[in-house]
Amino acid sequence: MSTLRPKHSPAPDAAAPTSDRVRHLWRFLLGELKPKGPLLTWFNAISIPIMLLGAVLLWIRFTQGLGAITNLSQQVPWGLWIGFDVVTGVAFAGGAYVLTLMVYVLRVEKFHPIVRVTVLNGLLAYIFYAGALLLDLGRPWAVINPIIGNSFGVSSVLFLVAWHFMLYMLAALLEFSPAIAEWLGWRRAHRILNGLTLGAVIFGVTLSVLHQSGLGALYLMAKGKIHPLWYSEFIPVLFLVSSVFAGLSLVVFEGAISRRVFRLRMSPEHHSQHDDIVLSLARISAGAMFVYLFLKLLDFVHGQHAALLATPMGAWYLLEILGFVLLPCMLFLRAAQRRSTRLALVASGMALVGVLLNRLNVTVIAFKWYEPVRYVPSWQEVVVTLAVISAEIWAFRWIVNRMPVVSPPPEWAAEDSGAAPALKYRPLETEA
Amino acid sequence: MSSEHEASANGPRGPLAEDATARAPAAAERDGGPRPTEPGPPDARSAGAIDRRSFLMTLGAAAAAATIGTGRAAAETPGSEEDPYAMLVDTTRCVGCRTCEASCAEANGLPPPDMMDDAVFQKVRNPSETQFTVVNRFQTSKGEVFVKRQCMHCRKPACAAACLTRAMLKTTSGPVVWRENKCMGCRFCMVSCPFDRLAFEYHSAVPRIRKCTMCAARLKDGGKPACAENCPAEAIVFGRRSALLEEARRRILAEPDNYVHQIYGEQEVGGTSWLYLASVPFDQLGFRTDLGETPYPKLTEGFLYAVPVIFATVPALLLAINRATRPAAEPVVPETRHEHPETEALARA
Repeated sequence: MSTLRPKHSPAPDAAAPTSDRVRHLWRFLLGELKPKGPLLTWFNAISIPIMLLGAVLLWIRFTQGLGAITNLSQQVPWGLWIGFDVVTGVAFAGGAYVLTLMVYVLRVEKFHPIVRVTVLNGLLAYIFYAGALLLDLGRPWAVINPIIGNSFGVSSVLFLVAWHFMLYMLAALLEFSPAIAEWLGWRRAHRILNGLTLGAVIFGVTLSVLHQSGLGALYLMAKGKIHPLWYSEFIPVLFLVSSVFAGLSLVVFEGAISRRVFRLRMSPEHHSQHDDIVLSLARISAGAMFVYLFLKLLDFVHGQHAALLATPMGAWYLLEILGFVLLPCMLFLRAAQRRSTRLALVASGMALVGVLLNRLNVTVIAFKWYEPVRYVPSWQEVVVTLAVISAEIWAFRWIVNRMPVVSPPPEWAAEDSGAAPALKYRPLETEA
Repeated sequence: MSSEHEASANGPRGPLAEDATARAPAAAERDGGPRPTEPGPPDARSAGAIDRRSFLMTLGAAAAAATIGTGRAAAETPGSEEDPYAMLVDTTRCVGCRTCEASCAEANGLPPPDMMDDAVFQKVRNPSETQFTVVNRFQTSKGEVFVKRQCMHCRKPACAAACLTRAMLKTTSGPVVWRENKCMGCRFCMVSCPFDRLAFEYHSAVPRIRKCTMCAARLKDGGKPACAENCPAEAIVFGRRSALLEEARRRILAEPDNYVHQIYGEQEVGGTSWLYLASVPFDQLGFRTDLGETPYPKLTEGFLYAVPVIFATVPALLLAINRATRPAAEPVVPETRHEHPETEALARA
């Protein structure tokens, strides 16, 4: 199985003529396009039809309008594609900024082995889920307007969020770029890109703080349309804090899957550190959830909505808070105490459901809860959402199977910068 | 429209016109008191209600004062940010003929509504992509009441604050207009609109946001909105906002038993350019009465103000933490490494 380890492009001599090097790179890229694993897998069998169907549906959507395949209406202009794909997807991608903050800024070396795969996850989540925003735009060709020219709607939260999405994609790409350079065998670029990491991380964390909260701030002007148990002037803060444990829970959850699927690519050290990393993340998640619960409690008391708890929406609210925040919070703590990664996995799954419920409640379920006819996503909306997720997983798999993401970086890269994605600190003498 | 109404729309502006509220009778008294051309509110109240004839006489006096005072018709003076163009709908006058729907469709090139079909009243309608205004019928404690619905043209519109391309624009003269070449179809304006009066063309590959334009183009040419011009019941009055508020207060004062003492749109979400009078509480007429008086853009202002603060402080803080926690024994970080000669690395390779 040693063949699974990516063969890194042996870039021909630096002295070789440029045309030779370009030709070599071209041949290498063509070779990399070929599938690296078995084609007939359960995942492929399910995801390929979904993606094909999704493509057909999107063709209908772009030729006949959003109404042709969605259940959106004048009363409910934002549905599953915004509520799940964008708002929930970006919350789940929060792990990238939290981990890069811990590893590169706070120097928590423990999380180094998973930082690259998490950054990749974040980058792809932004490309695919925030990119799904384009599917929802009625006039997507005009998306260029807030980026260029004279149409800066600076009083709009969405203007801020849109810019931050773009800039954060750039920051995440920079954070991940050393892996791409390693894959292509570009040593000089690798060295430069590695040096940009800390700057990209600080920029990325700042952007994340603002757009994770900004996604919540989008709904501030929907006052009166969102059930009072969910509407709060503190939605931005609540969204930000919940993105911390949403992201970390996804890291735990996705890590468990990746560990199985890509086990042959992982280094023995990575395997040995896995449990310790998971349990630490469980502890941090529990802490973030405690903060979140406390804020939620403050908000609840401040809003004076106790009477609403006796209504059906109140029961639904309690289920979200107690069942899918408090309970997984306690399970995380228990898992850390007992050193049980399995329990941490269960807790992370529940925490993800909790964040999903919260985001869907704010955006879809508690939105216009008073309307006699409620919005329910059409099957086409669901299929397109599944197609977006499938495409993201395909991209993730393609990259992990080719670039040093979970697998160790090539030796030259490690030589260049310590353990590759790591930011290692060396005494001056070794440099000179 | 009779000359009384037109003139009264240009009536003299009392010094208290903008900040006075007609909600409470006490406030109305205070406001109406100093005006010489009007009967004092205590008289009107003691008489129960003044009759229509004396009401019209009052208006005539007001009209004379207006002609002397301003000498210009409302449509000729451009609206301004402080005193934009506005519309006053008196639901006690509306007979539900839906002429406004038809004239709106004609003025805006929309499909003409079926005027013969009274079945439209069986359910409450909202403006749609093919109808910028609709008339609804409500059964109230005072019988049937008809209410016209359309974009409220807020003074501080949520939709314009929400728009990231400035496609939705509050013009200084009053109308909130949508600009096709800017819009990217995100529908954040619809999410933000407190009145839900925007419509999106869901069944078009090149969709537009559709809404009442307050006939902005006609206003520019010195005209009036089509609905106001054609309303046979004179239920819709066009004019400057301050003048219409005066007129509305005057009507309430003149017939205090016929109106609830509130002008919907005077304070709601910071004030709207469409103002409504009614004989029954507004919640019976499908109006949202829980919107508050804060302009909606204020709801996101705090967040937006925080953005530059975060941008200035967080990176500095993070960099400081990173530098402060640098291990003493290992002072060199890799980002300074590319300052070193590249050749060294190549030689090593």
